[in-house]
Amino acid sequence: MAEAVLEREFAELEVPRARGRLREGLRGYGLIVAMWVRSTMTYRTSFVLSTVGNAAITLLDFVAIYIMFSHVDALGGFTLPEVALLYGSCSASLGLADLLLGNTDRIGARIRDGSLDTMLVRPVPLLAQVAADRFALRRLGRIGQGLGVLGWALCTLDVEWTAGKVLLVPVMLLAGGSIFAAVMVAGAAFQFIAGDAAEVQNSFTYGGCTMLQYPPTVFATDLLRGVTFVVPLAFVNWLPALYVLGRPDPLGLPGWAAFLSPLVALAVFVPASLAWRAGVRSYRSTGS
Amino acid sequence: MRQGVRQGVREGVREEVALYAAVAAGGFRRYATYGTATAAGVFTNTVFGFIVAFTYIALWEQRPGLGGYDQAQALTFVWVSQSLLAAGALIGGGFQEELQERVRTGDIAVDLYRPADLQMWWLAADLGRAAFQLLGRGLVPLAAGALVFRLALPSDPSRWLLFLVSVTLGLVVSFALRYLLGLLAFWLLDGSGINLMATVVSIFFSGMLLPLTVFPGAFGEFVRALPWAAMLQVPLDVLLGEHAGAGDAAGALAFQAGWVLVLLGAGRLLQSAATRKVVVQGG
Repeated sequence: MAEAVLEREFAELEVPRARGRLREGLRGYGLIVAMWVRSTMTYRTSFVLSTVGNAAITLLDFVAIYIMFSHVDALGGFTLPEVALLYGSCSASLGLADLLLGNTDRIGARIRDGSLDTMLVRPVPLLAQVAADRFALRRLGRIGQGLGVLGWALCTLDVEWTAGKVLLVPVMLLAGGSIFAAVMVAGAAFQFIAGDAAEVQNSFTYGGCTMLQYPPTVFATDLLRGVTFVVPLAFVNWLPALYVLGRPDPLGLPGWAAFLSPLVALAVFVPASLAWRAGVRSYRSTGS
Repeated sequence: MRQGVRQGVREGVREEVALYAAVAAGGFRRYATYGTATAAGVFTNTVFGFIVAFTYIALWEQRPGLGGYDQAQALTFVWVSQSLLAAGALIGGGFQEELQERVRTGDIAVDLYRPADLQMWWLAADLGRAAFQLLGRGLVPLAAGALVFRLALPSDPSRWLLFLVSVTLGLVVSFALRYLLGLLAFWLLDGSGINLMATVVSIFFSGMLLPLTVFPGAFGEFVRALPWAAMLQVPLDVLLGEHAGAGDAAGALAFQAGWVLVLLGAGRLLQSAATRKVVVQGG
């Protein structure tokens, strides 16, 4: 009886504390981001060049696809506007994740030079600090470019729009961004074990996006299973986009699976945040 | 008397060679230290290799012979280019950020004071780095690709030798171009924007995204004449036997050597302009 009361009291205590911590984290994140934005604006030419460069990196990816389509009418059975839909959506999603917490991969360098210790004693949650570290506003370039290609694809494609499909497009971008974000947090956690292995997460973020911009029909079935059930990148844009295009999933998943993206996005944060906590707990300072 | 002078000159040359060899060995050892980073890079190159390979299979199944390659050659293109990426610093990396940082902090004054040429010093260090990354990051992805896909790797050892010469020339072209970027820090101070743009250009124009032989018409001819073609496309074509005759191969190597001379020369000019600009403050 007493135990139950105590438990309830704890539960009541925990909720506001957790909420307070989230608010505190977001506030800290906002402050650090604002600081980096001010600092970026000191070198305006460099900022403009790098924003344009950021958009151009991904645009040239698309130019390569365009050149491919100058030789063929369809790749894996998909036309150019259909591939553009895949390309634009995953590019915008990755851009979003990259803008909001793309510099988490710097944590290995922070561990090496000991500056993570400074972060640990600051009164802001560590993840918020790591995520906002050197916040790079130039990454808006990639988002803008992805949205541009996506817009072109949606205008060119002859889609039979339903309410579900209209809703699915923004949901796809946000959920996709969250899935990539979870991968980035997991990648940062991995650096607590292997400090120099920052590049591994590129395989899943940039490599994943390179894969997702092509139709799933191009790839081997085992690879498709891997990115659907193990690292669920297929939910970033493949499944939603296939639904919008009215095409079946090559693995035979039902149509409603397209709407699972937000749930998958939440689900992948569980292992990612557990890994992050384990990483932080196992952290030993280099002492320098 | 004259013999003494000649001996002195020879001694000097020998000392210089020993110096730059030591710098190159240092570059090699420096990158060899980071085992986990190398393993992570190998993993990433292999993953990308698989992804790109599947898209090329789809493309070449529909258009056999596209760009003058059959499917096995196209797949060889994928895997060998993944193996050369790190060595050629085609997606960034290498030394220019470090050079820019030394300019920004003023450490460059110490470098200029050394009894060694700035350009040769960095060239030696960068070739040392490239030699390590050619081995450390090149062999495993290529082996992985060769295990899973049917590649068109030549059995003729002279072709491999020619490939090695072509790769070396490509590495020097890559260095010479990045040296120019590094020196721009004397005027710009913050090089991050320039570096990013340079990466974009090199990813696209080296043929990493798509072989340059697939680029259509006059645009294709234009991109195949640019220095970035000398970094990846030309070595790969040498390996794939696209320059089969002795004359063709010599032409390909001459194209690379031409860019080496032009870009290293431009680097010399920019270097002398930059060093005239340096004002060292005491303290």
